[in-house]
Amino acid sequence: MTAPLAVRGTAIRHRFGDTVAVDGVDLNVPAGMVFGLLGPNGAGKTTTLRMITTLLPAPIGSIEVFGVDVARHKLAVRRLLGYVPQQLSADGALTGRQNVALFARLFDVPRARRRHVVDLSLESVGLTDVADRTAGTYSGGMIRRLELAQALVNAPRLLVLDEPTIGLDPIGRASVWDHIGEVRASTGMTVLVTTHYMDEADQHCDRIALMHRGRICALGTPAELKAGVGPDTTLDDVFRAATGDRLASDAGERMRNVRATRRTAHRLG
Amino acid sequence: MSEQLAVPLTGWGESVPIGLPRLVLFRIGTMCLVELQKLRHDRTELITRAIQPALWLLVFGETFTRLRAIPTGNVPYLDYLAPGILAQSALFIAIFYGIQIIWERDAGVLTKLMVTPTPRIALVTGKAFAASVRALVQALVVLVLAALLGVGLTDNPFKLLAMAAAVILGSSFFCCLSITIAGLVLTHDRLMGIGQAITMPLFFGSSALYPVNLMPGWLQAFNHINPLGYEVDALRGLLIGVPAELGLDFGVLILASAVMIIIASALLGRLAR
Repeated sequence: MTAPLAVRGTAIRHRFGDTVAVDGVDLNVPAGMVFGLLGPNGAGKTTTLRMITTLLPAPIGSIEVFGVDVARHKLAVRRLLGYVPQQLSADGALTGRQNVALFARLFDVPRARRRHVVDLSLESVGLTDVADRTAGTYSGGMIRRLELAQALVNAPRLLVLDEPTIGLDPIGRASVWDHIGEVRASTGMTVLVTTHYMDEADQHCDRIALMHRGRICALGTPAELKAGVGPDTTLDDVFRAATGDRLASDAGERMRNVRATRRTAHRLG
Repeated sequence: MSEQLAVPLTGWGESVPIGLPRLVLFRIGTMCLVELQKLRHDRTELITRAIQPALWLLVFGETFTRLRAIPTGNVPYLDYLAPGILAQSALFIAIFYGIQIIWERDAGVLTKLMVTPTPRIALVTGKAFAASVRALVQALVVLVLAALLGVGLTDNPFKLLAMAAAVILGSSFFCCLSITIAGLVLTHDRLMGIGQAITMPLFFGSSALYPVNLMPGWLQAFNHINPLGYEVDALRGLLIGVPAELGLDFGVLILASAVMIIIASALLGRLAR
């Protein structure tokens, strides 16, 4: 009897035109873990998340989220998910509370409980005091926490975070991870996260998959991965060993995602 | 954080807890509410957007009323023009709503909405009605302006409600048209260009400024396939009481919006890739 899986991806594959973004990946995310998906720009991390979150058309291969097939039961899968995209995506024209209440409505939280759930979500990310200010006045770190609150209103079983700390200052980064940790500890939800920051992955992830050119090239706990390379190594060394030291060499097309993030950060910041 | 959040708040798995029609209605309500909340935070937009219709009525309307260059029977030209300008300002708002969709895509807001249990068609219909809410508020401003300028508007509440319905249907159609174009061209700049390129032909190719029988034949033909023409005809019939084919107007507007909502829903997914 194996541990229950939050995500079971089998031979998943996706191509954009001639570019193979994800090339036959088997991805199993055990329930209750913080699972890190690492890799250089263009490795296929975001594409993998987009397949899991039903944003891309039916995948080649199969993906199940808590046993529910992503291709056949999109709405049912979405009810299990909380999703925070790479971009800082709160609506600057609405207050923090209105941003969260919008998602409570979209997840059909019953009206009688909505107010309470919105308050709890805001409280869990430490934004209660500023909840009635428009999100346009928030800092990058605050917007990230607001998005976390939005993702929490439906008590997701799987929280999917695409580079949650990109573009944030060190204090903002630490604060976002603290809140992810607290929420996970109190709810037991599974967290699937992509990041470029090796130190963050080392510190906060229970298990890591390294992706390179659409494939998973290393998989294990941070300690296992480091031990596999040699004594006194860091995840950076693991990363270099696994990717052949060509950091971001074939970044190419999906750099546009990073650009979009910066643009948004500028607009909202 | 309390225990309560740890328990799924809604059912999940094989069955969707709410039927599709109710889900669509809920989502429409949510999107309209959000639109009103945004309007409350930014009221300057209401004023800046009122400038153009005000100029059309004040400058163009007053001048041509004096010139008597456009034969409008026994209706003063300003009265004839007012419903056309109302339709125009609603058209502009709805067409440029598609640009907001692309901004929402770039900002990640759209992707986030698409990962909620909201079928594409509910999302598009919600957006279409949200655009209509904005257009309706704008329509109210134009109505007040027209009334101040002495246009003889109806005070029949049923006719005013029917007018609101015509504005909602027209705006839904043009909002979905712009979402469709957004789904095809995928960038701000191109959508902006296309939006500007099509709004004027739609406007001049309708009876907003002049009666259909004054148009050259080819333009009359275009007016017959232009939903704005039917919207203007309905608004004019309802607001100032000139003869109008209301049944045909509403029939065309309902059918056109329904078809456009379906097309826009089919193309929305392209924006998330």
